[in-house]
This record gives sequence, structure tokens and C-alpha cells, in this order.
Amino acid sequence: MSEEVSAPIPATPSVGHTRLSWRTGLAEYGPPALLVIGLLLVWEGLVWYWEVPAWLLPAPSQIVTTFVTSLPVLAEHTTATLTVTIPGFALALAAGFGLGVALDASPLLRRAIYPLLVTSQTVPIVAIAPLLVVGFGFGLLPKVLVVALITFFPIVVNTIDGLQGADRDQRRLLEAMGANYWQLLRLLRLRAALPAIFTGIKVAITYSVIGAVLAEWIGASAGLGVYIARSLRAFRTDQVFVAALVTSLLTIALFTLVSLLERWIVFWKGER
Amino acid sequence: MPTLELHSISKTFTTSAGPVPVLDRLSMQVAAGEFVAVIGPSGSGKTTLFNIIAGLERPDAGAVRIDGVDVTGRRGQVAYMPQRDALLPWLSVIENAVLATVVQGGDVAAARREARALLADFGLQGWGDARPALLSGGMRQRAAFLRTVLWHRPIMLLDEPFGALDALTRAQLQQWLLALWDRLDRTVLLVTHDIDEAIILADRIYVLTPRPARIALELRVELPRPRSYTLVTDPAFARLKRQLQQVLMNGERG
Ligand SMILES: Nc1ncnc2c1ncn2[C@@H]1O[C@H](COP(=O)(O)OP(=O)(O)O)[C@@H](O)[C@H]1O
Ligand SMILES: [Mg+2]
Repeated sequence: MSEEVSAPIPATPSVGHTRLSWRTGLAEYGPPALLVIGLLLVWEGLVWYWEVPAWLLPAPSQIVTTFVTSLPVLAEHTTATLTVTIPGFALALAAGFGLGVALDASPLLRRAIYPLLVTSQTVPIVAIAPLLVVGFGFGLLPKVLVVALITFFPIVVNTIDGLQGADRDQRRLLEAMGANYWQLLRLLRLRAALPAIFTGIKVAITYSVIGAVLAEWIGASAGLGVYIARSLRAFRTDQVFVAALVTSLLTIALFTLVSLLERWIVFWKGER
Repeated sequence: MPTLELHSISKTFTTSAGPVPVLDRLSMQVAAGEFVAVIGPSGSGKTTLFNIIAGLERPDAGAVRIDGVDVTGRRGQVAYMPQRDALLPWLSVIENAVLATVVQGGDVAAARREARALLADFGLQGWGDARPALLSGGMRQRAAFLRTVLWHRPIMLLDEPFGALDALTRAQLQQWLLALWDRLDRTVLLVTHDIDEAIILADRIYVLTPRPARIALELRVELPRPRSYTLVTDPAFARLKRQLQQVLMNGERG
């Protein structure tokens, strides 16, 4: 028993996740930030030089002004969009995860349903969305369903992949201990599937806001999609840009939130 | 009556390239409290044999008996330490160590206490709450071994427990196991491809032929216990080693 020195471990060893100092942050985000600022300046200059009409292409400065002046209206529409996005995504998560576990458990079910799932993804959502509105009316439900339909697929696929990707040796060890299906699922496979499930969630959350905006475009009384449609009709191109900006920011915010959750829940990832 | 008895076990895998016969009417006995080593060339079917004893695979023919009871294909009867440590990366050393108790619905709190009490003996003092990623290769193997001991089965199967370690760490762990062994009071079947390891640790050695595995030689190691690593310079050790090497080289009874 004379191997490595068995010193007690420090309170919380920090391995794995990279912590950003401002220096590495600058190195990582500096170049793209400079590029974006440069492009905005060129855009501003060209609009000014050629006197481009605002309905065709507004200058960045005007977009910022519009953004600030329409903040109260934007907040309302953004809230409306989120009340579609979040339930739609939650529905996709619950149904996608549940179906993923079910399809993993039954090879027969998998063979029957999996091809249908893939096929369903090839049908353009723009074609389905109006049908949903016809079927379910102008309430919240059809829009929530559009978001769920768009975000559901990556969650199912990654849940199945993650469950089946559990380490073979670890699986055999638990089987040798006499673990049954549920114990294997609870003690090993669900945990092992978490990184893949989060990959699915990240893809899904990226589509979710766009999906909500699309659904609102087709039929709603409030939301960023409605705001875009109205702005287009009024030739308020600056407002369209602002709506696009908000959609992006919302998506980035949700993505970041999921990434933080992932670090917290899949704490062992990247430790090895 | 032997504690563990393998009676004429045969196994053939069917692959896309045709049938692969792996075990050919293999019989072995291990007495209670005995330490038996199985040496064989890589790919000869040692892990397959262990999987059959652990109930993970079914043999095509033959039977596994424990204390005279046929347990062929039954799981959870023996403690099994697989070739790779298979520690769960999200659990601490202690939680990994008590996994068998969790699966089998035993008293987990008591198992945790026992695991903590054994940490020092396993060179893991102060590491009980650390996750496996922080452990060195040698420490991981000892954590996996602790998990095997806390499985609370009279028979332990160890599949090349030191195979993936560097020579120095391996020698240290062999020495450590030797010291620990006398206090553990278990029956052990150890797979290895290291002749020195087999002689130092075992009471008896089975040498397997290349695939499909049969028994090429059965050898009793008549070296006094307690043993230590200095044994490798003993003439009796050299004799046994030569004998084993010959059989392994020829693949058959020399
Ligand atoms: N599930 C399996 N399907 C097909 N072939 C297998 C399977 N498991 C093991 N084998 C083959 O059986 C042989 C023995 O494997 P193994 O028992 O792991 O050998 P060892 O542990 O002695 O190195 C190898 O040739 C391996 O490719
Ligand atoms: Mg092997």
C-alpha cells in the first residue's frame, strides 16, 4: 500500500469546465465583435452615402432608435411569444423524452414509429401550421403545437441515442449485479443519456423561438410574428429588423440558460 | 465439494464471418477460500468464461455450479470485477463502492459505513467523496476492487484487474492485494496474462490454450504463504515460471 500519496482532496476540486477570465474572453469574443462593429459601420456609411430609403434598408442607428422607442410594445409582443415558446418547448420535451424512452424499450415500436418520425420531419411545417389553426382555432393551442412539432424531433432522437449509447462495460457490471430493466434505466442509462439529451434540447431550443414567431405570423393577435407581419404591411422595415434582433436575442438567452443548466446537471461531463 | 464448479462448458459465438468457437468443454473447480489464476493468450476466451460464470452469457453446453447448486445463467451469484473498472463517473468513490448493495436492495447506509471504514485499507483515505475522474489508474482499480469486495459474495471473479496499469503500479497493487488477501477470506478466480502475477498470487493455476479454450495445464503453486514480491528471485518461482512459459508458447501440454 505504498502507491500514490493519498492526500485528502481539496474542498471542491475544479476540473473540467473552462472558466473564462477576461483575457481568454477577449481572445474568444474580440475578433467576431470587431468584425460585427466594422460591418455595422460600413452598413451605416453606405445607407447614408447612397441615401437608401428606410423602407428598403434602414441604417443601424435607426434600428437602434426604433428599438429603444418601441421597447414597451416589444416587451408585450415578446411576452406573448414566450407564452407560446415555453409551453410548446415543454410539451416537446415531455413528449419527446417519453417517446424516446418508450421507443428505446421496445424494438418493435421503434421499427414501427421511427421511420414515421423521420418522415414527419420532411413535411414543411409551413404547410401544417395553417391546418392546425383551422383545426384548433386561433387560441394558444395551435401555436404551441407548431413549436412542439418543430422542437420535438431532436429530443426524441437524442434521447434514444443517449439511452442506447450507455457504456457497455458499466451496463454489464450492473447486469452482473442482477439489475432489472428499471434499475438499469434509473442507475445508469438515464444518467448516461443526459449529455445527448442536452444536445437535443439545445438544438430544439434554437428552433423554438423561430417556430413560435412563425406560428404567430400565421394566425395570432400578439407576438413577435404578428409584429413582423404588421410592420411589413406598414413598410416599417426598421421594425422588422428590430423584431429579428429580439428573436435572436431571445434564442441566445434561452440557449445560454440551457447551457448553464447542462453544466449544473451533467456535472461530470468533461471531468475525465 | 468445490465451491465453484465449471462442468464441461462450451461456447460458440455466431458472427457475420461464421461461427467462432471460444470455449471447448472447459471444466474447472475452485475450492472454498482458494485463490485460482487462469492464464491464457489474449482472445482465448477468458472474459467469455467469466461472463458465463456471472450469468451474463449462457453457455451452449455445460453447467456452472456453486456449492453444488446449478446456477447457470443466473446473475448476482458472484462478485465480478470487469476488465475495465466500469466506475460510474457521476458517483463518488463511496457510492460506486456500494452499488451492488443498491441494486440488490440491501442496507445501503450500512454498506456506506463499511466502505468508509475500508477506505484506508484500499489506499483511498480522504478520497471517498471524490469522483472517479480525480483518481489515478491505480486508485481507480482499487476503488473497483472495493466495489467488488462490498458486493458481499463469497466468490470473486477478477478479470485482469491490473492489466491496464504500468509495470510499477501493477507490482505495487499485487503486493497490496497479497497483503489484503489473507484478511478477506474469499474465494478468488483471477484472470491474467501475466505469469509472475499468477504465481505470486495464486494457490493453483489453469493455463488455457488459444481459442477455442481448453485447459492446457493445471498447476499447483507450492509456495508458502504469506508471500511477498521478493518471491520472484526464488528458484522454485523460476521453475514454475519456466514450466508455464513452455506451455503458453506451445499452446499445448509441452
Ligand atoms: N459477443 C461476442 N460476439 C462474437 N464474438 C465474441 C463475443 N465476445 C467475444 N467474442 C470473441 O471471442 C473471443 C474471446 O474473447 P474474450 O473472451 O474477450 O477473450 P480474452 O478475455 O481471453 O481476451 C475473441 O475472439 C472475441 O472476438
Ligand atoms: Mg478479456
